[in-house]
Amino acid sequence: MLWEQQVSFMHESLSRSSEEAQCSCFTQTPAWHRSCCSAWAPRNVAAVPGGGTRGLCPFCPYRAAARLLVSLVVRVLLSRADLGSCGAPRRAPSFSLTLRCSFPSSSWWSHVEMGPPDPILGVTEAFKRDTNSKKMNLGVGAYRDDNGKPYVLSCVRKAEAMIASKKMDKEYLPIGGLADFTRASAELALGENSEAFKSGRYVTVQGISGTGSLRIGANFLQRFFKSSRDVYLPKPSWGNHTPIFRDAGLQLQAYRYYDPKTCSLDFTGAMEDISKIPEKSIILLHACAHNPTGVDPRQEQWKELAAVVKKRNLLVYFDMAYQGFASGDINRDAWAVRHFIEQGINIVLSQSYAKNMGLYGERAGAFTVICSDAEEAKRVESQLKILIRPMYSNPPLNGARIASIILNTPELRKEWLVEVKGMADRIIGMRTQLVSNLKKEGSSHNWQHITDQIGMFCFTGLKPEQVERLIKEFSIYMTKDGRISMAGVTSGNVGYLAHAIHQVTK
Amino acid sequence: MAAAASIFAAVPRAPPVAVFKLTADFREDADSRKVNLGVGAYRTDEGLPWVLPVVRKVEQMIAGDGKLNHEYLPILGLPEFRANASRIALGDDSPAIKENRIGSVQSLGGTGALRIGAEFLRRWYNGTNNTATPVYVSSPTWENHNSVFLDAGFKDIRTYHYWDAAKRGLDLQGLLDDMEKAPEFSIFILHACAHNPTGTDPTPDQWKQIAAVMKRRFLFPFFDSAYQGFASGSLDKDAWAVRYFVSEGFELFCAQSFSKNFGLYNERVGNLTVVGKDADNVQRVLSQMEKIVRTTWSNPPSQGARIVATTLTSPQLFAEWKDNVKTMADRVLLMRSELRSRLESLGTPGTWNHITDQIGMFSFTGLNPKQVEYMIKEKHIYLMASGRINMCGLTTKNLDYVAKSIHEAVTKIQ
Repeated sequence: MLWEQQVSFMHESLSRSSEEAQCSCFTQTPAWHRSCCSAWAPRNVAAVPGGGTRGLCPFCPYRAAARLLVSLVVRVLLSRADLGSCGAPRRAPSFSLTLRCSFPSSSWWSHVEMGPPDPILGVTEAFKRDTNSKKMNLGVGAYRDDNGKPYVLSCVRKAEAMIASKKMDKEYLPIGGLADFTRASAELALGENSEAFKSGRYVTVQGISGTGSLRIGANFLQRFFKSSRDVYLPKPSWGNHTPIFRDAGLQLQAYRYYDPKTCSLDFTGAMEDISKIPEKSIILLHACAHNPTGVDPRQEQWKELAAVVKKRNLLVYFDMAYQGFASGDINRDAWAVRHFIEQGINIVLSQSYAKNMGLYGERAGAFTVICSDAEEAKRVESQLKILIRPMYSNPPLNGARIASIILNTPELRKEWLVEVKGMADRIIGMRTQLVSNLKKEGSSHNWQHITDQIGMFCFTGLKPEQVERLIKEFSIYMTKDGRISMAGVTSGNVGYLAHAIHQVTK
Repeated sequence: MAAAASIFAAVPRAPPVAVFKLTADFREDADSRKVNLGVGAYRTDEGLPWVLPVVRKVEQMIAGDGKLNHEYLPILGLPEFRANASRIALGDDSPAIKENRIGSVQSLGGTGALRIGAEFLRRWYNGTNNTATPVYVSSPTWENHNSVFLDAGFKDIRTYHYWDAAKRGLDLQGLLDDMEKAPEFSIFILHACAHNPTGTDPTPDQWKQIAAVMKRRFLFPFFDSAYQGFASGSLDKDAWAVRYFVSEGFELFCAQSFSKNFGLYNERVGNLTVVGKDADNVQRVLSQMEKIVRTTWSNPPSQGARIVATTLTSPQLFAEWKDNVKTMADRVLLMRSELRSRLESLGTPGTWNHITDQIGMFSFTGLNPKQVEYMIKEKHIYLMASGRINMCGLTTKNLDYVAKSIHEAVTKIQ
């Protein structure tokens, strides 16, 4: 008798529209429950919409058994449906048939998909497994010295020694970060003679390196830039830009940038596309050392870009992750940023000290908004704090303090400028050597783009099949798009690299 | 060149975060008697910040180690940190660890861990992208809890009864009733120990009752553990509730902070511990959390994690650390008993046993907003409008003044 009741109810519940489907127990009368279960209590009753009550008997074995039956059917039928507000796909736990209501043996997370492996990390993983002594890792973008080793800058070591000797406390930073750091960061980007800097019509908050700074800015624009949801990225751009802006709630669009035929800037295409971007959209520009192509506009081209961007009244978001690291000259690398501001374009800017100070894992970065005046800057700052507080409360001190000491201590700053030029020069040297070695190998291709491009990365122009061969036959690892990290090239392996590239391209 | 109207012209000025404004006001106050009982950071009896001796030692070790560099950590963080941080929370003999069904995400402080957990739950819990899942926070709670879950996308943040102002203790019945009435699969933010701001924790028996209801109602436990060790002086005691839930078979999240118990406030060291049914589920969860981390901060800062990992993996340093933690906890306990005894000997109206019944850094004194205002304006003693005081702000030198001032506030102002 009891089972008939269960089966009929099961049919009933399945025929209901998905909106009405109960997410828990069946609708049975309290009397029904009371008759079967000693654990019944008067409060185990809930009202259901449309009248009637719902029994919530915790220990009813009949409930458990019927649930098992229903769950099998429901799981099949509803596995793909989204049931809306009550809680989407009805997770169907399987209860064991015991008197005690045991926990569902299935997990809350059964439906969680495995995230796709990070393509760049995948390169490093494969590299690590390779036993070839000649192997080269040209994947991830961290600087290496000519021995292929990580390089801790001497000015960083000195700053760290100063910090250790002072035995400072570890009190929370303000939400906006270390003031000496943010001020020095703004000055580094804008230039000490910048009107915007001197007038104080800017706000700079400390961010978690480049990513964190980009994300704060993205969230800020999502909340306060109501004119558009669209962010225009260059084609191609750093792989993480898209998910960052998307997770912040914005939409992604693109403008032409890289010309694969020439391995250089498609300036005409870029100007054409940008001049058609709807007014008051957001456009992201790489300030220098474009990632992943290494292709930067020349100064005359930057001037034209500024003019068209101003004409279209676009909000400019500069991503500057390589100031100093690109050309070796911090002022030259910040030229575009400063030019745009001088043209009256109130940009927003994210900076990273991961590469130019080698502070990768310390997460030192900054986000800046150029405002109309200092009063507006204060308002903007207050809102940035509201965004940061529920993300991580306040930023980590160590990296920012190292960067601040370097920027604010004259001898250390001088030393840093020499060291960052040293890194840039080594990269430029490797580019030159790679091209000359390719010539020596007898390659008939034009490899000029390797020396035309700038910064850590080089878009070789190699096709996926050629990349595949480099990995399989020569143990030279790079991403499928043919991007190599020049930092992984040394005087010791540049010959091997040239030889391998020639083999797969001749 | 006239500038066009700014796109940010309409951006309103946001109110400052209350607790930081309190400290700012305190700093500007010139009165020599001033006392800061606001922000939650440990202070010595001299009223100074305290860098744990073991932390200084490890910092010097790190500074002197020429082999260390500043390379990126993996997205999920320093492996030795993650494993040991979770082990601290769950216990060396945790069945979940033995069964290999735990995961960890190094995060930027407790806040960062909460945020990653919240972002994940919004995307993957109770369906996919189900922003309507109710999230319950205690009444009262740390004010940032609301913002974390709202900014993560949840639309329905509710409160559950917690603090009983009349009896100055836990409103267990109200709490359990709220859990009974909560829609199934609701998320509940539970303070693992040293409830902020009330300092009132459920007893083990009460936790058992809470767990029973949550199990039956399919409610998701998200623990916030910011004071492990700091509350009672014992790591194990302070982790009892989390471990009990694990032993009861729950899948849960636990956001851990090492800001207070390691005194590493500004290094942003935290950990999100994930306990799942089995390794496969946990792996998939971590893979999705990686994606969330990647667009939030890419990879976490290394300095603080190194300090914690070095300490936890060395038996000697670990013992030193536990000792340092006990030093802090003991000073807080002493201040509690001293404050209570002074109020009682002054004959301050009301009962004051809650000062010693409560645990951790904070105490809900029971002072009302008018009395709080009196304390701040007339006595230059800074505390939150809720009546919350940070016990760490008390010292042997200011105990008398604070006790007398509370006495005045309670007798003069109603």
